[in-house]
Amino acid sequence: MSDINYSILIVGVGGQGVLLASEILSEVAMNFGLDVKKSEVHGMSQRGGIVSSHIKIADKVYSPTIRYGQADFLISFEQAEGLRAMDWMKKDGAAIVSTTKLIPAIVTSKKEYNYPLNAIETMKTKAEKIIAVKADTLAAELGNPRLVNTILMGVLSNFMVFPLELWLDVIRNRVKSKFVDINIEAFNKGREIKLSSVEV
Amino acid sequence: MKELLSGNEAVARGAFESDVKLASAYPGTPSTEILETIAAKFPSIYAQWSPNEKVAYEVGVGASIGGGRALVTMKHVGLNVAADPYMTHAYTGVNAGFVIVSADDPEMHSSQNEQDNRFFAKFAKIPMLEPSDSNESKEMVLTGFELSEVFDTPVLLRMTTRISHSKGIVEISEQTTGPDRKFVKEPSKYVMVPSNARGRHVIVEERIEKLKKFSDETPLNFIENNGSKVGIITGGVSYQYAKEVTPEFDYLKIGFSYPLPMKKIEEFINSHDIVIVVEELEPFYEDQIKAAGFKVKGKEYFGNIGELSPYRVAEGFKNAGVIDEVKLAGIGVEKDMFPRPPVLCPGCPHRGAFMALKKLGVAVTGDIGCYTLGVMEPLNAMDTCICMGASIGNAIGMEKVKGSDKGTVAVIGDSTFFHSGVTGLMDAVYNQSNVTVMVLDNSATAMTGGQQHPSTGKTLMGNDARKIDIPNLCKALGVKRVKEIDAYDYDEVITCLKEELTAEEPSVLITTRPCVLMPKRIMDEPYTVDLELCTACSACFKISCPAISASEETNKHGRPKAIIDESVCTGCTLCAQVCPPEAIVLKSQKVEV
Repeated sequence: MSDINYSILIVGVGGQGVLLASEILSEVAMNFGLDVKKSEVHGMSQRGGIVSSHIKIADKVYSPTIRYGQADFLISFEQAEGLRAMDWMKKDGAAIVSTTKLIPAIVTSKKEYNYPLNAIETMKTKAEKIIAVKADTLAAELGNPRLVNTILMGVLSNFMVFPLELWLDVIRNRVKSKFVDINIEAFNKGREIKLSSVEV
Repeated sequence: MKELLSGNEAVARGAFESDVKLASAYPGTPSTEILETIAAKFPSIYAQWSPNEKVAYEVGVGASIGGGRALVTMKHVGLNVAADPYMTHAYTGVNAGFVIVSADDPEMHSSQNEQDNRFFAKFAKIPMLEPSDSNESKEMVLTGFELSEVFDTPVLLRMTTRISHSKGIVEISEQTTGPDRKFVKEPSKYVMVPSNARGRHVIVEERIEKLKKFSDETPLNFIENNGSKVGIITGGVSYQYAKEVTPEFDYLKIGFSYPLPMKKIEEFINSHDIVIVVEELEPFYEDQIKAAGFKVKGKEYFGNIGELSPYRVAEGFKNAGVIDEVKLAGIGVEKDMFPRPPVLCPGCPHRGAFMALKKLGVAVTGDIGCYTLGVMEPLNAMDTCICMGASIGNAIGMEKVKGSDKGTVAVIGDSTFFHSGVTGLMDAVYNQSNVTVMVLDNSATAMTGGQQHPSTGKTLMGNDARKIDIPNLCKALGVKRVKEIDAYDYDEVITCLKEELTAEEPSVLITTRPCVLMPKRIMDEPYTVDLELCTACSACFKISCPAISASEETNKHGRPKAIIDESVCTGCTLCAQVCPPEAIVLKSQKVEV
């Protein structure tokens, strides 16, 4: 028996790679020898809607979904979506948020909708451990905008007990061979993010 | 060996381990991945997409009678389509085993209703299994085939979106060997003329009595005693939610859920002070338990609308007075957040059709697919959407009573047309309707992920297939006015629609641009906005393209000019066609200042 009990919510917008990130995390947990369940809804979400994936890790997991206020970690691929999902977080949980902004057409075409001016600052008023990551910029520097998810997984890995090799093995198995090296580089970039004010 | 599998992947694995010979389906969220996984991973199973669920079901029945185990999968509303063979299949029973998967969609994540298909088990008197996670999903496929053969009956495996699309750890086993059965002529069993069917109905009733006994004996329905005075009767994903919230209660977990284990239920009720039934959607267990004369509580605490969740179960237990306090709330919901509804993709060929329909102000009877998004803001160009194939029948009725002054157009996708639009069109010809039908042919079953269908030229297993030609099919049905048009040519779509709306006979307009995502992603040269020319009129915002957004530049009234995200623009040209100052130009033609 271990006392590991993680609830992780990953959110983003269709096409950002939320599902691959949650696959990698789930497999790491399984290979570590823990029970794991993850849940997400496919279908309409592929057309630019919100995608969210719940991951629960423990010796024995029942519900595949998290209760409001029970997520230890909130990983958001988009800043406003991070703010939207905060209700799921534990008050002392940690949020890892990409500064990415994706403004939907409906905000442009309808006056009554506004994109939040500074979602990350608002998040900081609600919980202490908010880690903003310029994942877009980092991914662009590495030469592939699709690496945002791997970078964020790298940041998350700092907070979890799973050994580095376990993460890298799963990435090697999960990612197409020609993208393995760049993904490992991206993962390590995420792992280097300084966690000065943050402890979990 | 262990694998992390979704409920759907686990069903596919279960089919393989059960030595299934044939699997058939029509794609439908949340069931689609079952057949996709079978085709991708288990080539020993013959797998096919049928044009609709009824045909898929009948193909499965044929395989079973022919001696091979058959798996047929569909979403909940698919079973409505397949209900005709399903109901009578209960009478004939099987030769080799037969399992139907109904994947229900509580909360309607991607469906038009949230009907509870557990009633279909009771309705047809077909036994039902309800898994509560991925591992059970796999195991229950194996059990389903055994039961099917032992009791000579089709078996319903009832999944829900949370079971189908959640992943969990599954214990993988070797493939077993199915029964060695051959087709045997037995018309008294398989030819349901009244004289034979009357005899078979007696057998159905005898069988259900045997199944009731089985339900009380099977370990699929088990009790977990923790010494609590509170007993919970639950099944499916609700079991997981309740266990999460209150592991300390006693549980009667229902896995074989029709017919219910009434003796086990009676014992469980008698040994507890209070018994609460926790089930998603309708009071399927609860009503039957109450009808048997027992006192239980349930729906008054949980409601019958939408998905349950650990949160809703905790709230229900609190209202029932069996738990004191729950930390129900989180940090708080952020108010005034913008919505992020699903939208048609950049370059989607459906956009041009809906722009034109909106412009003409006609009544638009819609159908089921990506194009149902034509109803969303700001396109607002759909007036009905009921079920697969309904658009054409709806349009005929609307037109017969002259419901719309501006005319009626039925809009239907290619896969939906094959599913159940063809008979509607036949009706239009036969009953001399003047309807205009637009077949939005993007050469894919796009909404569910781009599956093959009768005119894509490929089968599920990747073999070449003869393409069924939609224009010729329409002509063969007797439609004289059949025309193929380019949905990227806005003026052409409008001109053709106007012409057909005045025609005194049925007509079919077929848009032929393929889906931009599949089978190949289409990325032509992107367009860009010349901000010098852009007047901030917002015409391009109204076509609802995700590639177009407000730039930081404004006109003299402070209104935002447009900007195009060149990384997602596919170069479809529609925005350029509706831009009054012609400020939207090909990237290569933009004159750099």
